[in-house]
Amino acid sequence: MSAVSKLSAAMGLALAAMGAPLVANGQVSDGVIKIGVLSDMSSLYADIGGPGSVVAARMAVEDYGAAKKGMKVEIVSADHQNKPDVGSAIARQWYDVDKVDVIVDVPTSSVALAVSEVTKQKGKAFLVSGAASSDLTGKACSPNTVHWTYDTWMLANGTGSAIVKSGGNTWFFITADYAFGHALERDTEQVVLKNGGKVLGKVRHPLNAQDFSSFLLQAQSSKAKIIGLANAGGDTINSIKQAAEFGIVERGQNLAGMLVFISDVHGLGLTTAQGLIFTETFYWDLNDQTRAFAKRFAPQNNNKYPTMVQAGVYSAVLHYLKAVEAGKTDDGTKVVAKMKEMPTDDPLFGKGRIRADGRKLHPAYLVEVKKPVESKGPYDYYKIRSQIPADQAFRPEKEGGCSLVK
Amino acid sequence: MPEIFGIPSAALFGQLLIGLINGSFYALLSLGLAVIFGLLNIINFTHGAQYMLGAFCAYFLLSRLGVGYWWSLLIAPLAVGAFGVLVERTMLKPLYKLDHLYGLLLTFGLALVIQGLFRNEFGSSGLPYPIAKELTGGHNLGFMFLPNYRAWVIVASLVTCVATWFVIERTRLGSYLRAATENPALVQAFGINVPRMITLTYGFGVALAALAGVMAAPIYQVSPQMGADLIIVVFAVVVIGGMGSIMGSIVTGFGLGIIEGLTKVFYPEASNTVIFIIMAIVLLIKPAGLFGAQR
Repeated sequence: MSAVSKLSAAMGLALAAMGAPLVANGQVSDGVIKIGVLSDMSSLYADIGGPGSVVAARMAVEDYGAAKKGMKVEIVSADHQNKPDVGSAIARQWYDVDKVDVIVDVPTSSVALAVSEVTKQKGKAFLVSGAASSDLTGKACSPNTVHWTYDTWMLANGTGSAIVKSGGNTWFFITADYAFGHALERDTEQVVLKNGGKVLGKVRHPLNAQDFSSFLLQAQSSKAKIIGLANAGGDTINSIKQAAEFGIVERGQNLAGMLVFISDVHGLGLTTAQGLIFTETFYWDLNDQTRAFAKRFAPQNNNKYPTMVQAGVYSAVLHYLKAVEAGKTDDGTKVVAKMKEMPTDDPLFGKGRIRADGRKLHPAYLVEVKKPVESKGPYDYYKIRSQIPADQAFRPEKEGGCSLVK
Repeated sequence: MPEIFGIPSAALFGQLLIGLINGSFYALLSLGLAVIFGLLNIINFTHGAQYMLGAFCAYFLLSRLGVGYWWSLLIAPLAVGAFGVLVERTMLKPLYKLDHLYGLLLTFGLALVIQGLFRNEFGSSGLPYPIAKELTGGHNLGFMFLPNYRAWVIVASLVTCVATWFVIERTRLGSYLRAATENPALVQAFGINVPRMITLTYGFGVALAALAGVMAAPIYQVSPQMGADLIIVVFAVVVIGGMGSIMGSIVTGFGLGIIEGLTKVFYPEASNTVIFIIMAIVLLIKPAGLFGAQR
């Protein structure tokens, strides 16, 4: 299969390389601001970011009114297949050959960490929405990377502490075996221990596993009160679905989906997903502006409502374009510095700012999935249990170990 | 509680049983592949997509027409099998005389097209499919909680596998089939319509994939990728069992399911590679596979 996936990677590169002709325009290099949406376009995270992230980026460019302001903005996209080697090869190709100025989204933390490194070397800009590892603004932080939507520390802090405080003090982790899962498990474990809980065991499963019954059984025999799912996308869906089948909840244990997206809830159905508690930074039904965005977004995305990752892409691209305009440059390092200097303000995440370590700050929401009878229809899924203010939602700047923080 | 290698024996029994359940899917899928390869000499890479089509067919039947699980078990394999017949008639037929590689490339391309179309339409997170009412719940076996549905999967898969093996190896129809692969001209001379038989065999192999798809729908997500993820493993199973060997694919299917299950206990990180390690070892020692005849 590897020959085949290499072939398709090469084809992906070829497609990515087919950009439109460049037009001269004084302020920015080569006259065009080129945004590369790098995402999982075909596998387990494709509904979280994927083609929907391209839609979101396009909407941001339109809403910014780039054309009216005389800015030429182009969007290209590619599929990194959740492989760090493929992702960094595309990033290099984009930066070196295709004159891409900024890469956005990039779910899968291992890929995002690789792309962040490439971006730093090339002096470009990287706006992370899809990836979760808090290392992106911690020990692996970069002056060229902004981590927008959410991270593992925020998820652990929001969901983990809420659960421990309500009595779930013994945990067993089912963890995706790569950078993201490890980071999420680590951050959650810290929160659990800090709040007086105990971790009884953990098991690591390969990314994109099909069958979780074996892992669930191990979790079951640990007798932990809470089974923490430190995985995402299709892996989380299958874990939750199969946990229901094995009667995990009926037999007294509870599931904590550490990272759940609205697309996952949609895929699970409310009957299976009801009662799940987790943390999000965006929900389409928060206010009039988010509702208006979702109503415009869905028809362009096969009637699927935006996830927080896709909303984050919109918001990040919008702020990026503002910074390019304000700084009159598309030099990656300078634009990111400008982005950190300017306060953020957009319809989806409200007012906020970006810290020196690259962490974007905004409120987070602890949500609970509605019961089938409470839901009025597709995508009416969440009850907001509480709002975590921006200054408490994310890891304190000093604790991350980022070298940019003085 | 007694322990084996540091794992409580009760937990170990549970894992063995779970391995057996996963093995059921491997066996069902590799059986279809073995039938198709053994009798048609086509390496059917579309098998994963056809398994996915089976699951989607069940989903459509339920969500659009209100037809439940039990009827889906019958209708989906028939519908997808008919699609297989169409594929065989229009695309595979001209390839029989060529190298295996052509069939492989065609079926692989077809799988990509089908999966791509479904992904465009339904996205990647998958669609929910409930477990049939009669099979919800489960039994406490003492060492583990066995969901009724999983028990049903083991039984249904075993019955299907044994029945298929019996038909091909022990009945007159099966002997025609096997003879037709060895020497189609001679069998045709006896007045048997060989091309039709081959078409129907392909249809049957595809129907087996669809059946596995319907059985998988309530456990896994009904998603366009479900087959692509599984098919590589299943191919390894077929290679280990011996290309084209019916019994080989059944035994290795269940056997590897168990080995994989045990890996998930002792060294979970390796659980998705263990089958390929075994494949490499088997190929080194016995290139034709455990049950394969040297050709």
